[in-house]
Amino acid sequence: MQTKRMTFSSRWLPYALLAPQVLITLVFFVWPASQALWQSMLREDPFGLRSTFVWFRNFERLFADPHYLAAMKTTAIFAVGTTFLAMGVSLLFAVMVNRMLRSREWYTTLLVWPYAVAPAIAGVLWWFMFNTSVGIVPYMLQGFGYDWNHRLDGTDAMILVVIAAAWKQISYNFLFFLAGLQSIPQSLIEAASIDGAGRMKRFWTIVFPLLSPTTFFLMVVNVVYAMFDTFGVIHATTEGGPARATNILVYKVFRDGFVGGNLGSSAAQSVILMAIVIVLTVIQFRWIERRVNY
Amino acid sequence: MVQNDRFGTFLAHLILILGVGIVVFPVYVAVIASTHAPGTFLQGVMPLLPGSHAIENYSEVIFQGRSTAGAPPIGLMLWNSFVMAMMIAVGKIAISLLSAFAIVYFRFRFRIFFFWIIFITLMLPVEVRIVPTFEVVANLNLLNTYAGLTIPLIASATATFLFRQFFMTVPEEMLEAARVDGAGPMKFFKDILLPLSVTNIAAMFVIMFIYGWNQYLWPLLITSDESYYTVVMGIQRMVTGADSEPLWHLVMATVVLAALPPILVILFMQRLFVKGLTETEK
Repeated sequence: MQTKRMTFSSRWLPYALLAPQVLITLVFFVWPASQALWQSMLREDPFGLRSTFVWFRNFERLFADPHYLAAMKTTAIFAVGTTFLAMGVSLLFAVMVNRMLRSREWYTTLLVWPYAVAPAIAGVLWWFMFNTSVGIVPYMLQGFGYDWNHRLDGTDAMILVVIAAAWKQISYNFLFFLAGLQSIPQSLIEAASIDGAGRMKRFWTIVFPLLSPTTFFLMVVNVVYAMFDTFGVIHATTEGGPARATNILVYKVFRDGFVGGNLGSSAAQSVILMAIVIVLTVIQFRWIERRVNY
Repeated sequence: MVQNDRFGTFLAHLILILGVGIVVFPVYVAVIASTHAPGTFLQGVMPLLPGSHAIENYSEVIFQGRSTAGAPPIGLMLWNSFVMAMMIAVGKIAISLLSAFAIVYFRFRFRIFFFWIIFITLMLPVEVRIVPTFEVVANLNLLNTYAGLTIPLIASATATFLFRQFFMTVPEEMLEAARVDGAGPMKFFKDILLPLSVTNIAAMFVIMFIYGWNQYLWPLLITSDESYYTVVMGIQRMVTGADSEPLWHLVMATVVLAALPPILVILFMQRLFVKGLTETEK
């Protein structure tokens, strides 16, 4: 890792400058994470008086627990659904906005602000839209003969949280897709056009492949978002229900550890989640490196 | 433009206008709902035109609240959210500037090691270490304090990396000139580096203010005293806290007030926001 060619020299100053950041990281990040690692191998007795070291027993139990496996599957469905919806819609918007000249700024302004809305608030907004007694969407769906009820029907609840989570993420994806589209050389598109390729053909054979670095990057970011930042969406609306249909992993860690008081199991779940974040972060950073070194 | 087809452009506008409409609609509905009297919601599906109770509803949620429905007044919550967002944004920027300065402008032992310690924060979001982090904060007696709400969140690898990257682009001659003139490291930092970083600091501030304002899980864990609630987590109590159907007109007034400040920040500082977002990559 580089520094400047010419640097200051001081025996203590660099350490003093780094101290606040490093101290906070050690106390509030590294220490709790190592505690989670340690606790994941302990089991407390029912009264919380003694704990015994049980090696990987907590993990074995987790992977034998149908509820945990179900939560994994729910998380996968939720993450894939959110990623596809958020990316598909924003790609469509970005392609359309990219054609515009004068109105581009306007549309961008109209599409970026949902980024500012907290996931929990996004959840409540859509929860209200889909409310079975006063909501507008169920009322319209009734016109089509569909009886919407996210309080009883697990699929309906899942659709609701996916829409809420994806809605908030559209802005982010839109901005990156638009930037990606603008970096595609116009000459390539013109050349294809001269060769007689239609609009759709040009998009799928030239624009979309050239956009793939952006798409891949956004896929990782969206999966991370859906897995870890959507706690608020679930907690403020469905609370994991009905019948655990929207019980994603992050929500389950919170429930088991904080509400249920099952420390060993919660810590083991934390460790698994940590492993997932680490893998995803590494993928994301390797991608950034590659792009920089083109 | 490759070819000038009017129909295609018309279609694109149509799709965009419909799309923007769908994106804006939930917020429109929330604003409308916040202007109606409570009785409106008992008569079935909600209306789509504004009602006449806006002022009553908003003053009720801000100043009085409804203690029976799990809704303390949100004036204080808005203030708490503001304090939290400001402290997080300023704190993150301050410690990130200092550590980026150390990493770029000094050579010292364990530099790489410290760099990795900072990098680690990216891999350990609060969500994956809920219980042990809570224990640390509880042991430090920081529950129900502003310090507990903010300090654990101000370590930031993204801000440090952004400033590091920017410092690397500052010409070497700056440092040489400063040293010729006899400036020490802190003077160089204060008089040359900081003024050069103003745009980056502002962009970072926009992103981090929104990040701080929208915190949800952390205040939920750390606060049990109503006087430290933040508005984003307070809404949850109004929606799921009450046994009966939520008081939608008050919930939606709260939602609008909770969402408005960060939205305004984005709309007024759109350029800085886009810069901050695309340059930190996350």
